[in-house]
Amino acid sequence: MYTALSAPLVIGFDYTRSLGPVLGRFMTGLRDRRVLGSRTADGRIHVPPLEYDPATHAPVTELVDVQPTGTVAGWTWTDRPLDGQPLDRPFGWALIRLDGADTALLHAVDAGSRDRMRTGMRVRIRWAAERTGNIRDIECFEPGVGQAPEQEIGGDPVTIMTAPIRLAYTHTTSDEESRYLRALAEGRLLGQRCPVCRKVYVPPRVCPADGVPTEEEVTVRDHGTVTTFCVVNVPFAGQRLEPPYVVAQILLDGADIPIPHLILGLPADQVRMGMRVAAVWRDRETWTYTPENIAHFRPLDEPDAPYESYEDHL
Amino acid sequence: MDQTVAVVGFAQAPNRPSAGTTSGVETLVPVFRQALEAAGLDRREVGFWCSGSSDYLAGRAFSFVNAVDAIGAFPPICESHVEMDAAWAFYEAYVKILAGEAETALVYGFGKSSAGQLRRVLALQLDPYVTAPLWPDSVSIAALQARFALDAGLVTERAMAEVAARSRADAATNPYAQVSGAAEIDELLAEPYIADPLRRHDCAPVSDGAAALVLAAGDRARELRERPAWITGVAHRIDPQALGERDLTTVPSATAAAEAAGLPDDLDLIELHAPFTHQELLLRTALGLGERVRISPSGGALTGNPMFSAGLARIGAAAERVMSGEVRKAAGHATSGPALQQNLICVLEAES
Repeated sequence: MYTALSAPLVIGFDYTRSLGPVLGRFMTGLRDRRVLGSRTADGRIHVPPLEYDPATHAPVTELVDVQPTGTVAGWTWTDRPLDGQPLDRPFGWALIRLDGADTALLHAVDAGSRDRMRTGMRVRIRWAAERTGNIRDIECFEPGVGQAPEQEIGGDPVTIMTAPIRLAYTHTTSDEESRYLRALAEGRLLGQRCPVCRKVYVPPRVCPADGVPTEEEVTVRDHGTVTTFCVVNVPFAGQRLEPPYVVAQILLDGADIPIPHLILGLPADQVRMGMRVAAVWRDRETWTYTPENIAHFRPLDEPDAPYESYEDHL
Repeated sequence: MDQTVAVVGFAQAPNRPSAGTTSGVETLVPVFRQALEAAGLDRREVGFWCSGSSDYLAGRAFSFVNAVDAIGAFPPICESHVEMDAAWAFYEAYVKILAGEAETALVYGFGKSSAGQLRRVLALQLDPYVTAPLWPDSVSIAALQARFALDAGLVTERAMAEVAARSRADAATNPYAQVSGAAEIDELLAEPYIADPLRRHDCAPVSDGAAALVLAAGDRARELRERPAWITGVAHRIDPQALGERDLTTVPSATAAAEAAGLPDDLDLIELHAPFTHQELLLRTALGLGERVRISPSGGALTGNPMFSAGLARIGAAAERVMSGEVRKAAGHATSGPALQQNLICVLEAES
């Protein structure tokens, strides 16, 4: 039995977040080396600021300056920082109550070694050299109090922040998917038949109608019928072909579920439902565990398939 | 006693450090079969399906839609999903049955925690403006909570190690557990910190897994099962999102949920969803659990913590003890969010 295939998968996207009136002023303050807290009806100062009063539920409008120095309320130590964390050397995480605030802010403390961390230690902000209106404008905290650097007013109010997300995974296929991908690497298209409804799935999958794993292997042909298609006219990031071009659902001969692929070799406006097509494989030396071993499908010189032959597969 | 809705079946996949595909479908198929067999129900008789999972866990878009393949959703089914532990899907299904919109329900949770770096992925559940951009990991946040509890004198590192040792010993009879066996307290305490003051034994393992639980209304439950586990109270509550707004040494949302659910004084056992040792100690205080209450006889989340099904599995494990006739009154607890932010309590009782 084959072992399952796996591959690295890295996902990256940047969230753009509107800040609103409270966080916008807080972030603008950070850019200008100021820390602002919000005052709730009970007189408490919250840093980070709250947008709504948890007791009265009223919007919080009053922001006040607090000090860039504070006291560690609780801490832990990280020997091996993870990607994206504030420091790339061992550091302490701490909840820090800034002087003038009643609540604590989570951030990193560049203490050098675990021995220097303790509850009640005094710390001060180390500002990032380049500040954009983001919590990372605080590079980290460092032990000590000392002189606060001057505030500097740095332009327009901050209204938006960008939060980059990068996540790394190992993607693992099922045994059935692995067999399908290994067959593709040999230039074969492999499906599996559901033991209940007898339908052939390409790629193999748990039968979505019966909820049972498919078992019997079925090799299907690399010829098929276009069941439906769309003409891509819109450019997008990462596009590999010049629009217009056609992406179609292709019901391979012997399969009961269509696969999506490109139709090339004729003008986009001549592609039609029922058209017979054949796979155009890339050079054998380039084959690997991917449906991209097939470059695209091309039209066959055959009569179109009758609608009844694919009407159940739309 | 309220005999409106009962648990009539439960099944889970073995908790493993790395198991199966990232899709979850192949893992769920046998779990569904076992849960439905336990309930004596055919899949086509299930009135409502509800799941808990998160695309962030394995980096797959619409993984919960993909997972519906495991159901065999033809003819079409009635289905829903929560981006939370499936204990909250259980709550939705419970309400659905209470509302008379379904007579039976199957609730499931699944996730391949090992696909990414779990402690880092979980940073994305934090406040997205001032906290998540720092990527504080889930173990470090739990360690901060443990520090507050230690500083306040509410827990000791030895008491935390004792929780780990008892959990591992209990897990020896749980075939689904990932971690089990005898442990010497002094040896545990000699281990290095992984996030001071937490050591390896203080933290739940990273577990892949899945679980499914079957619910049925009144008479239908009596038909299906000799001893249904009647749900006599369920409630969930949440504490503020900002860590610095909370007193991390208390768990007000757990206390409030227990009160709302009517957690009884004469409880026989409770399955706690405490992925860190100090969290069990904090929960015992928050829930007012006396000495006679048996805590997490399955070994609990410290011996296997499949994300998005570990909370549901606590309810299932408690229900199984009632359905087997072993105990009369049991409870399941589930948590979600950082440092016990959100808590659910479900009280289960045998027919009186």
